[in-house]
Amino acid sequence: MEFAELIKTPRADNVVLHCPFHLAVEGTLCLTGHHLIFSSRRQDNAEELWLLHSNIDSIEKRFVGSLGTIVIKCKDLRIIQLDIPGMEECLNIASSIEVLSTLDSVTLMYPFFYRPMFEVLEDGWSSFLLEQEFEHLSSVTNEWRLSYVNKEFSVCPSYPPVAIVPKSIDDEALRKVALFRHGGRFPVLSYYHKKNGMAMMRSSQPLTGTNGRRCKEDEKLVNSTLRSGRRGFVIDTRPLALAQQARAKGGGFEQEVHYPQWRRIHKYIERFHILQESFIKLVEACNDQSHNMDRWLSKLEASNWLSHIKELLTAACLAAQCIDREGASVLVHGSEGTDSTLQVTSLAQIILDPRCRTIRGFEALVVREWLQAGHPFQQRCAQSAYSNSKQKWEAPVFLLFLECVWQIHRQFPCSFEFNEQFLIMLFEHAYASQFGTFLGNNENERAKLKLPQKTMSLWSWVNRPEELSRFQNPLYEANSLVIWPSVAPQSLQLWEGVFLRWNRPSKFLEEAEEERINIIKYNKELQAKLNSHVMAEGR
Amino acid sequence: SSHIQYPELIYYFLKAASGTLYLTATHLIYVEASAEVRKETWILHHHISSVEKLPLTTAGYPLLIHCKNFHVAHFVIGQERDCQDVFTSLLKLSQPVKPEELYAFSYNPKMSKENREMGWKLIDLRLDYQRMGIPNDSWEITDINKDYEVCSTYPPEIVVPRAATKAVVMGSSRFRSRGRIPVLSYLYKENNAALCRCSQPLAGFSARCLEDEQMLQAIREANPGCPFMYVVDTRPKLNAMANRAAGKGYENEDNYENIRFKFIGIENIHVMRSSLQKLLEVCEMKSPSMSDFLTGLENSGWLRHIKAVMDAGVFLAKAVREERASVLVHCSDGWDRTAQVCSLASLLLDPFYRTFKGFMVLIEKEWIAMGHKFSHRCGHLDGDPKEVSPVFTQFVECVWQLMQQFPCSFEFSERFLLEIHDHVYSCQFGNFLGTCHKEREELRIFEKTHSLWPFLLQRKQELRNPLYRGFTAYKELQPNTLPFSFQFWCGMYNRFDKGMHPKQCVLDQLLSCISQKVTLEDSASQLENVSHNGLHMPWGGWNGVSDGSALSFCDGQHPPPNLRENGTGSQGRHILGPVILWIISSLSIFHNYH
Repeated sequence: MEFAELIKTPRADNVVLHCPFHLAVEGTLCLTGHHLIFSSRRQDNAEELWLLHSNIDSIEKRFVGSLGTIVIKCKDLRIIQLDIPGMEECLNIASSIEVLSTLDSVTLMYPFFYRPMFEVLEDGWSSFLLEQEFEHLSSVTNEWRLSYVNKEFSVCPSYPPVAIVPKSIDDEALRKVALFRHGGRFPVLSYYHKKNGMAMMRSSQPLTGTNGRRCKEDEKLVNSTLRSGRRGFVIDTRPLALAQQARAKGGGFEQEVHYPQWRRIHKYIERFHILQESFIKLVEACNDQSHNMDRWLSKLEASNWLSHIKELLTAACLAAQCIDREGASVLVHGSEGTDSTLQVTSLAQIILDPRCRTIRGFEALVVREWLQAGHPFQQRCAQSAYSNSKQKWEAPVFLLFLECVWQIHRQFPCSFEFNEQFLIMLFEHAYASQFGTFLGNNENERAKLKLPQKTMSLWSWVNRPEELSRFQNPLYEANSLVIWPSVAPQSLQLWEGVFLRWNRPSKFLEEAEEERINIIKYNKELQAKLNSHVMAEGR
Repeated sequence: SSHIQYPELIYYFLKAASGTLYLTATHLIYVEASAEVRKETWILHHHISSVEKLPLTTAGYPLLIHCKNFHVAHFVIGQERDCQDVFTSLLKLSQPVKPEELYAFSYNPKMSKENREMGWKLIDLRLDYQRMGIPNDSWEITDINKDYEVCSTYPPEIVVPRAATKAVVMGSSRFRSRGRIPVLSYLYKENNAALCRCSQPLAGFSARCLEDEQMLQAIREANPGCPFMYVVDTRPKLNAMANRAAGKGYENEDNYENIRFKFIGIENIHVMRSSLQKLLEVCEMKSPSMSDFLTGLENSGWLRHIKAVMDAGVFLAKAVREERASVLVHCSDGWDRTAQVCSLASLLLDPFYRTFKGFMVLIEKEWIAMGHKFSHRCGHLDGDPKEVSPVFTQFVECVWQLMQQFPCSFEFSERFLLEIHDHVYSCQFGNFLGTCHKEREELRIFEKTHSLWPFLLQRKQELRNPLYRGFTAYKELQPNTLPFSFQFWCGMYNRFDKGMHPKQCVLDQLLSCISQKVTLEDSASQLENVSHNGLHMPWGGWNGVSDGSALSFCDGQHPPPNLRENGTGSQGRHILGPVILWIISSLSIFHNYH
């Protein structure tokens, strides 16, 4: 397909662009296969706008006489308005944007066309291999092994080719366990707590069904992570009632009789379509500037967004508590094990593992616990909060995770190597990107699409020193402790950086951040200088 | 199946620890026996707003203490007799009857008489008027009220238009509730627009007063750049109308030449009191859900009221700055809402009021001198509970909300606000005693007590805002007042629930960087013998190097009994040690936490 066919009016002059908190500006609008470009043709290029079509969530058009207006709502929640003279031009442009922003075929997406303008120092596609993670693990324990049982994606289509499993369980057993777990998602190691040797595993629900089916291999697998005489905890992210209902559809939960060493805790985390509704409501509330205070607070409450944040953080704390405080191993799952399960396991690691609070460590976490673990990014992030088409599989599952990290970051501002911008950047790229990282729903699909060969990895770009410096938290001082966040409502805030980003001027907050950086930088410079003098003296 | 219900809020559950309770003449002190590090909780008797005996529990007799600075303490006492004793003692100690019983009259920080007197002279309102260019052709400082003949709740010196004769002033005073005539609050030098304040006119349904009309005319004409002036009634229209029946009310636009009359609906002290009560109930809920909290926050109406005050302040500042119009503001008596909005507008217009010194001037000028009844609103003495209202607290919160939007525009940090808020209730210093200047003279506070301000200035280092960009960086502030711009102020209303606050404090980090800067620069230059070449000072406006010397002086909060040698005190921030706090690295924060 030629993109040119879809673009009847590639260019329009005398277009007026309205962005929140900027003066309206007149210029030229151009459409390309993947971008909407607006240029005021000023000398300073200050008014250039490059918008990926894939970042466009919805588009509305209206006419006053022959002057058309297009309102574009983006997946990063920005809203812009274009006034286009000429009804035909406007209609053409609107329909082109509609088509180009909703292309069905993944291979037509921008990452397949994007050619980087930077030198690739490190190929991000091979930056975070599970083998490396395993090597790290092997230095502290020999109870685990790498299994390639899924190398053809035949045992579990949503798992990566490699998994870390208990050493005592062979591939044959894994195949049996996979048959007993929803979607073949057998329990794998998610996190190993070096401090006490406890493990966090994740899986999908067991397929016990109504007649209480059991699987000896499954029991053996999970039990092999227990110290003798100790018990473990199954954290089921569904309420008991829902877990019981699941049996009717062939699903289920670990029953006491068959898993006597395990105690089950049901910690409900909302299902994905509920989260999407909540997301839409919250963004609606944030964008409506006509609200009075009562209406705003009541809309904020009714969106339930912060409740989801609180519940999710609480569940993650619970998992972390079981491991760190109770000294118990933990198995986390919901139904499919691709959404709430990953939210819990990855957040628990943020709390427990200082490595995950570094930039590289966090990237590794996103790769391991989200991308490789088979969170269906393409389905979940196909549309954002402005989608008016009927929902299918969209849900801000990853955004909720990022926001929880932000909430913890707010409470421990010196414990993270990255800053808020880093999290916002990940949010943006998960929804629309020039990089191939978040395309596809699992490793199987990514392999079929040949993403590593055909597209650039986000990590190749982010981990360049120039880019990294934008994402570094000046206050960071590595600490090896477990960080327990408060989940009191008073301790949780709306993530303004995402939800109010386009609704309020940011100048003064940016200046404050600049000031913070300057103070610390200056201090470090002085200290370095002093140290080098001391060294010189000592010599 | 078996469920373990983990207490979800375990992270900020305050462990009950056994210890010893001390009652001194001024404080209740609780010393934890079990703690490895001696831990003390100090509660000033004047801070106690209520003491309740709760039903007997297995542990003993519980005593619940609520403080005016939103500290809530829960003690369990073994013996009923002891509990009763403590209860009755606290009731008596927390509700002094006579002004002489207030802490300020016994507080003795061992300061020389000269220094004490100098302290009272630190804030000179005349200097502030001078700063505005007053006296000038249009405005004069007059001592017409030196015998309180114009108004018993105004200070002896007031600023009025030169064109207003004594007859006009006296005439107007008879037409204004409690004689609180229109006087100048702030003159915006750039365009001569003036912010003036007064109380409601005794207009009833039809009464007029020529002198009062002349007074407003004089104010309007003092600003030739604008043909009209605003008269702003900060009350809801309904309240103002109801007042007409009592012979009070508001200005009739037909009677005053070229005025634009406007209502701004800020609710009265009773609504505010009950709103705060509801807010505090929300703050004290045990493990509330997010929904409970947000619904409670909404139902309390607190942020709605804060927004109303802020909106009013923004309106005034805009009228003055953009429309170049003078504004006369009043409510009923002109000492609550009027004080809030005038001081807020001044703060928005003039960066001086965002400095340590300027903020002190602002409070002295718009609140203390103009007769905000601190004694009644804060319930300093056993009195009418219906007079108590968090009017000043709301002003302080508005300032905090501004700090959130403009983090680099204030010289001081949130801590300075909290410190002032504490002392408005502590009665440790004379500034906030009584209800007006006349009463403070009668109480002889200038002879018998200390002023708060020098004590706070000495602690500038720890109360400063490290992000402050200096006096000239931001001129007027134009805050966003959309509802989402207002946040719940956890640092105030849940201030003592440490578990709810960020576990690592950016402010502390930056402050220690700045104090370390001094030592580092010293060492660097000593080592080098060259002044820091190649390094630039990236932030401006910092002149605090010399302030470091006075830090060991009084902490302004506590008397120095032997008890507190190791203690961190209830607020845990009183002794700022030597300048190099930095050495206690960030790890110690965790140490305390775990």
